[in-house]
Formats: sequence, C-alpha cells, structure tokens
Amino acid sequence: MVRLITHNLLACHVKGCTSNNFPLALKDVQIELQEAEFNPEFVTNILPRLEWSALADAARQVGDTSLPAEQPEMMDDDLLRNLHHVLLEIHIVEGAMVCPNCKHIYPISNGIPNMLLAEHEIG
Amino acid sequence: MIPTPDLSHLTEQDKLHVYDPAEDTFLFLDALEQDAEDLKGEKPLICLEIGSGSGCVSAFIGSILGSTNTLYLCTDINNRASDCTHRTGRHNKIPLDPITCDLARPLLKRLQRSVDIILFNPPYVPTESEEVLSAQLGRGISGSWAGGTNGMEVTNRFLETVEALLSERGKFYLVTLDGNDVPEIRERMFRAFRLQCQIVAQRRAGIENLHILQFSRVNR
Ligand SMILES: C[S@@+](CC[C@H](N)C(=O)[O-])C[C@H]1O[C@@H](n2cnc3c(N)ncnc32)[C@H](O)[C@@H]1O
Ligand SMILES: [Zn+2]
Repeated sequence: MVRLITHNLLACHVKGCTSNNFPLALKDVQIELQEAEFNPEFVTNILPRLEWSALADAARQVGDTSLPAEQPEMMDDDLLRNLHHVLLEIHIVEGAMVCPNCKHIYPISNGIPNMLLAEHEIG
Repeated sequence: MIPTPDLSHLTEQDKLHVYDPAEDTFLFLDALEQDAEDLKGEKPLICLEIGSGSGCVSAFIGSILGSTNTLYLCTDINNRASDCTHRTGRHNKIPLDPITCDLARPLLKRLQRSVDIILFNPPYVPTESEEVLSAQLGRGISGSWAGGTNGMEVTNRFLETVEALLSERGKFYLVTLDGNDVPEIRERMFRAFRLQCQIVAQRRAGIENLHILQFSRVNR
C-alpha cells in the first residue's frame, strides 16, 4: 500500500526532470484505512526527514484536513496522533501519482506504486 | 533465536516468478541476527531494501527492530516481487512498503543522507552482458540472478548512489560471491566514497563462496 509516509519520499525521476518533480500529485485515488499501533517516538523522530507542506497537502487531497498547512512550533499529543493517522494509516490502493513538472503518470495498482520507466525516459 | 519469517502464504505461482529464499538469503539473515543488538542500538528510522523479492529479509529485520520503530521501504524491479513482499509483511505483522522501480531511483532525491540501514542481495551471478540486459528488461525471475560481467553490472549501478543515501551512522549490507571480486569492491568504495567495509559473514554453498559485506562511513 502506498502510505502517505512513502508518498512523501517519492519524486519523479524521468530523464531531465530534476526540479519541481516533488511532490507527486494524487489522481483518482481510492483509499483504505488500516489501524496501526501508535508510536509517538517514531512519529516525532521521523518528522525532520519529511516535508510538512507536501504531507499536509497530500492529506487534504484524500480528504483529511487534520494537519495545519504550516508545521507548528510545538507538537502536542493530539497533533502527533493526527500525524500518525495521516502517515501510517491512510493507504492508497488504486490510482496514480502525477509529476507536477513533466506530467509523467506513475500508476498505483493493488496497493503497489509502479515507478518503472521505459528505456528512453531513463537518465 | 529470531524466527525465520513465515512464507507459507506464497504460492507455487509466486515461486515461479519471484526468487525463493535460498542459501544467500539465509546467510544474510544470519549476519543480521549477529548484528541485531548493534542495529537496534542505533534506533534506525528508515530501512531500505533493494531487490526485496519475497520480502523475507525485510520481514526478518523488522522482527529485530520492531514493527513500529522503523519504516521499511522495499524496492524490486519485478512487480510480482513487490506483491509478495507486501503480503509477507502483512503475514508476519511487519508493515513493509513496496515500490516497483529500478534500484532506489525515485527515492534518491528525498532520501539524501537519510537511510539508516540499506540491504541488497543483488543479482550477482556472472553472465554475458546481453543476458543482464534482457533480464533487467524482462523484470521476471532471471532478473533475480543475472549479473553480467563479474556478476556486478546491476550492483555497480547501485554502488554509485549508496553513499548519497546513507545517513551519518548508516550501514549498508551487500551479498557477494568470490566471482564479484570482493577486494576490488572494497578498495573502490573506500577510494571513491570513503566507505569502509567489513566482511561480517561468509559461507560456502556448493561451488559458490558467499559473503555479506557491511559498509559504513569512516571517521564517525
Ligand atoms: C537474489 S534475489 C534476492 C531476493 C531477496 N532479497 C532474498 O534475499 O531472498 C535479487 C532480487 O533483486 C531484484 N532486482 C534485480 N534487478 C533489480 C533492479 N535493477 N532494481 C531493483 N530490484 C532488482 C530481483 O527481481 C530479485 O527479487
Ligand atoms: Zn517529472
């Protein structure tokens, strides 16, 4: 399943597409919610490796508005729980991710993102 | 003793198209088990396996590190392998996040110096170069072993990017055999990227002499 934590780490890698190639836009996505055990330490520690605005935006695209557009200075327990849900419990099952720059479409099928490129698209 | 992941959900059809764990896989598990305390002590946040196949290795390290402490990203060029990895994760209660792609390509931009553990049991068997080309394009079972010249054509492409991915205290584990020329790999990785290498496990399997190499940054 493409969880939003994974989506936050994927960029377009078509030959020559090196700027504005992240975050990939979500298109026609079907989501599934699956409960995961809450680990506040993990959620807190992983944050510096993620991009907040891309995450908040992806969450909004799938109908979750629990994260503020800007990363707050202080994390309280409620916010950590919202983050946990957005990062780890929302699964994209079907749909596609589209590069904001070159418009390349990466399909997601049966929960698996297909990021393979054809020979001529490889840098 | 950490139990070997339960793979009983994999079907005969899966095994026709996806690498079935073998001696190399099991040597890899033994090496990770030996390092278990050190690996846990580093509190890794992101673990990335290249060529996860059945998902056996990532599910195993997941049972060492815990299901909620670390993100387990798994790539494979074979879409059916991604599906097996996914199911192996679910079956063993370790969330594994599969991505069908070449090596770590779509992750390179966002994971610069961010990956704490990198695992790769590559297609390492020496073959003709044409064979590795068609195996890589075919994205099926032959892609799990065909390695081209010295068995290193796929691995070498990954070695060019591994240092950029490794976090400050990150570790990279690689499966090799004698034919891959281990001394040359070690020397090159040190010269080009200042990564030091230890051989953490070694075993003879038939005519193959397998090793597990562990790379890390110098001067930590
Ligand atoms: C020797 S098998 C190892 C499978 C599993 N990790 C294990 O240890 O049992 C090598 C795996 O690498 C995958 N592979 C080959 N070329 C690849 C590439 N360019 N990018 C990602 N995966 C690749 C194959 O599909 C296969 O699943
Ligand atoms: Zn693009």
